[in-house]
Amino acid sequence: MIALSDYLILAAILFGISVAGIFLNRKNIIVLLMSIELMLLAVNINFIAFSHYLGDIAGQVFVFFILTVAAAEAAIGLAILVVLFRNKHTINVEDLDSLKG
Amino acid sequence: MNFEQLLFYLFAAALLGSALMVITLRNPVHAALSLVLTFFSGAALWLLLEAEFLAITLVLVYVGAVMVLFLFVVMMLDINLAQLREGFVKLLPVGVVVALLVIGMMVYVVGPGNFGLEKFAEPVGHSADYSNTKELGRVLYTVYVYPFEIAAVILLVAIIAAISLALRKRPQGKRQDPDLQIAVRKKDRLRIVANNPKGQPGSNAGDKK
Repeated sequence: MIALSDYLILAAILFGISVAGIFLNRKNIIVLLMSIELMLLAVNINFIAFSHYLGDIAGQVFVFFILTVAAAEAAIGLAILVVLFRNKHTINVEDLDSLKG
Repeated sequence: MNFEQLLFYLFAAALLGSALMVITLRNPVHAALSLVLTFFSGAALWLLLEAEFLAITLVLVYVGAVMVLFLFVVMMLDINLAQLREGFVKLLPVGVVVALLVIGMMVYVVGPGNFGLEKFAEPVGHSADYSNTKELGRVLYTVYVYPFEIAAVILLVAIIAAISLALRKRPQGKRQDPDLQIAVRKKDRLRIVANNPKGQPGSNAGDKK
């Protein structure tokens, strides 16, 4: 028997791995975007696990919308990345300081 | 350990292992391919949770579209890998400590004490003729039809934004501009010269002062 906590712990570990990924690869925008995708996957696993164990399909509907928005976000993010590389010839986060933030 | 548990631990191990590979591999192409494996393992876990439609959607949308987009972009960009890997070793302890803190706190909350089998019993599996897709569609097109329309608009905005961002304008190109062609007025192109066939000087329209 697989308990609900097994799925939640799995998602928590996945989320922790992606947080570590953002810390470790903080110069490479592509890996940062991939870490964000991993975080979204962890959240989706939580939603589907709760949907299954509570017998409520609303969680799956929410995952559906998260997938939609995440696909849009990845498309726009990668388009911005391509424009950025075309103009500055780098994707190093530390070189992107023209706004002096 | 029954077969379902065996599958769960197998795919959970594949999920976590490939997720670790995503964040540690040096080559972004390899990282993207590991991310594909992560999504496949996630889809298998969703099948165990009886979310068949979303599992297939994850494979189709993520592996089929988003990850291919990632791979395209990674292969198009000419990246200096050594420069991007600077600070990886230096940041490793910080990253591990933060990850362990996050995992520790979350597991403390969602552990078996709060969400174990005693609190949430294993639900009875659906019968063989139960269709997850049908059930999801029934809810999606009735209760959640307004969010569904908004999601469609979001996708439209994403299409337009991505195309207009990535479209490269070539100033030296020699192509027709229909906008300018339509906006042309008669007086821009045509000059009417009153011609005097008898050759009398001073009667030309062009000579009027």
